[in-house]
Amino acid sequence: MKEKFDCIVVGAGPGGTAAAYTLAKAGLNVIQLERGEYPGSKNVQGAVLYAHSLEKMIPDFRKDAPLERFVAEQRIWIVDGDSYVGTTHRANSLNWQTADRYTILRAQFDRWFSKKAQEAGVLLICETTVTDLIKENNRVIGVRTDREEGDLYADVVILADGVNSLLARKAGFRRDILPHEVALGVKETVFIAQETLENRFGVVDNQGVAIEIVGTITQGMLGTAFLYTNKESVSIGMGCLLADLKKKNIPPFEFLESLKNHPAIKPLISGGETKEYAAHLIPEGGYHGIPQIYGEGWMVVGDAAMFVNSIHREGSNLAMETGMLAAQTVIEIKKRGGAFNKEQLSLYRDKLENSFVLKDLRKYRKFHSVFRTNTHFLTTYPQIVNSSFFSLLKVDGTDKKTKERETFKNILKKRSLTGIFQDAIQLWRATR
Amino acid sequence: MIQVEEKLYQNRYRVDEGRPHIKIKDREICSLCSHKICTVLCPAGCYRKGTDSAVSLITDGCLECGTCQVICLEHKNILWEYPRGGYGILYKFG
Ligand SMILES: Cc1cc2nc3c(=O)[nH]c(=O)nc-3n(C[C@H](O)[C@H](O)[C@H](O)COP(=O)(O)OP(=O)(O)OC[C@H]3O[C@@H](n4cnc5c(N)ncnc54)[C@H](O)[C@@H]3O)c2cc1C
Ligand code: SF4
Repeated sequence: MKEKFDCIVVGAGPGGTAAAYTLAKAGLNVIQLERGEYPGSKNVQGAVLYAHSLEKMIPDFRKDAPLERFVAEQRIWIVDGDSYVGTTHRANSLNWQTADRYTILRAQFDRWFSKKAQEAGVLLICETTVTDLIKENNRVIGVRTDREEGDLYADVVILADGVNSLLARKAGFRRDILPHEVALGVKETVFIAQETLENRFGVVDNQGVAIEIVGTITQGMLGTAFLYTNKESVSIGMGCLLADLKKKNIPPFEFLESLKNHPAIKPLISGGETKEYAAHLIPEGGYHGIPQIYGEGWMVVGDAAMFVNSIHREGSNLAMETGMLAAQTVIEIKKRGGAFNKEQLSLYRDKLENSFVLKDLRKYRKFHSVFRTNTHFLTTYPQIVNSSFFSLLKVDGTDKKTKERETFKNILKKRSLTGIFQDAIQLWRATR
Repeated sequence: MIQVEEKLYQNRYRVDEGRPHIKIKDREICSLCSHKICTVLCPAGCYRKGTDSAVSLITDGCLECGTCQVICLEHKNILWEYPRGGYGILYKFG
């Protein structure tokens, strides 16, 4: 007997679960397949969860979601050698109930989110890898799994299978991923006694700190590092473009070690115990990297469609938003009795165009190529900023005016005025 | 120097004995490859340079990131699949 569903969702990350949840809430018959032992067992994130998309689906998620801390303080550090210059932003008006971002552990969060979807009526099958899409007359009509007699059929298939999206590639919906379109993220979860952690970071009552780090720590590679506080652990890691890592020829875990040993970081994690080491790719293709996202009987959401805003380090919220929009597309088409063909499913693209997802990605569409071609942003400027602060702040009997003059001269030694001017314009244009 | 094994030791895995999910297609091509970048960039150190310019692959510690497949683009010498459902890395935190 052929089992037929309204919709099959592949993957139980935030993208797939948002889609499945939304469909089930609307009363559709949804099956979701996940290759991991449980949702989240294969997933890695920094991880800051931006609440807005989740809140649309589950307004009271703060009541029982496994959130670690709310981000009360955000720091941005520009590091060079053994120093850093940074900004700190803390808003005391923020609290558990009103914060827009929380730190999470994905293995726990994904499981919780999926439980909500199952309560809404989603049939979730774990430990099942989808190996292929089943097509008939060039139309996707179902999926093949690695279970015996594991073929399943549906009106429409939503691919939420993450950055590698083997399925979309196998089916010819997209080409191979190129090394400049993805970053490799490596991460450790380091446990520290809660009291020590709170004292170190100056936080109380579920407050948390998120530190984003740029500069020479990535040795000129396009990438950033991060340190986020959880309840009794910190997540520390960095992500660098594969194309750049390839040029550098250094093992990724050695970079991670150098980050952990940076004099600015080391005291923050000292005495901590690493309990997990993780690695995952991050889509960095931006607007121009977005593949085909819908066709005859199928749609792609989240990382599988490269929906990541790497400038703002947002991904899981884009996955949830696009999952929701794909589901709403299915619901609307179903309501009007339409077919799930390419023409009808183009509604998904319209919805995306009207959402923050494509608006943001379009805004930063040139950003990547600028940073890839102009390495001053990654090496020269962090050096300039750090050495300028160093000499300006140093009290050594030199009068301030002379100091200013010297600092300025030193800056110009590293980058000419015209150069700085051109870089500034380039940067400005890239974010228009 | 830090060994990657020490890091992997912390992780939880369910290894699918005798059924590696990643394979090298043609060992000859690896011998001829000049940079053997997989032996450097695999975050789990699954690829190792042999003494005789060969590359060996042991997937037990694999983090399923996909890096090796993307960087071997010029030779396309890696057969890359996900492990069978339920097997492989099992993140506790992620
Ligand atoms: C180091 C790092 C730091 C990050 N930091 C942040 C951050 O701070 N904030 C943020 O918002 N985003 C961050 N991101 C990005 C974020 O993790 C992703 O954008 C998000 O997880 C995408 O969700 P998804 O549902 O599309 O894919 P995923 O979360 O990757 O989920 C895909 C799911 O599909 C399953 N699957 C895949 N193939 C199959 C198959 N064939 N059969 C069955 N199941 C399958 C997988 O097991 C997995 O559960 C970070 C990413 C990394 C790697
Ligand atoms: S998928 Fe990642 S961890 Fe696994 S062998 Fe390839 S590079 Fe190494």
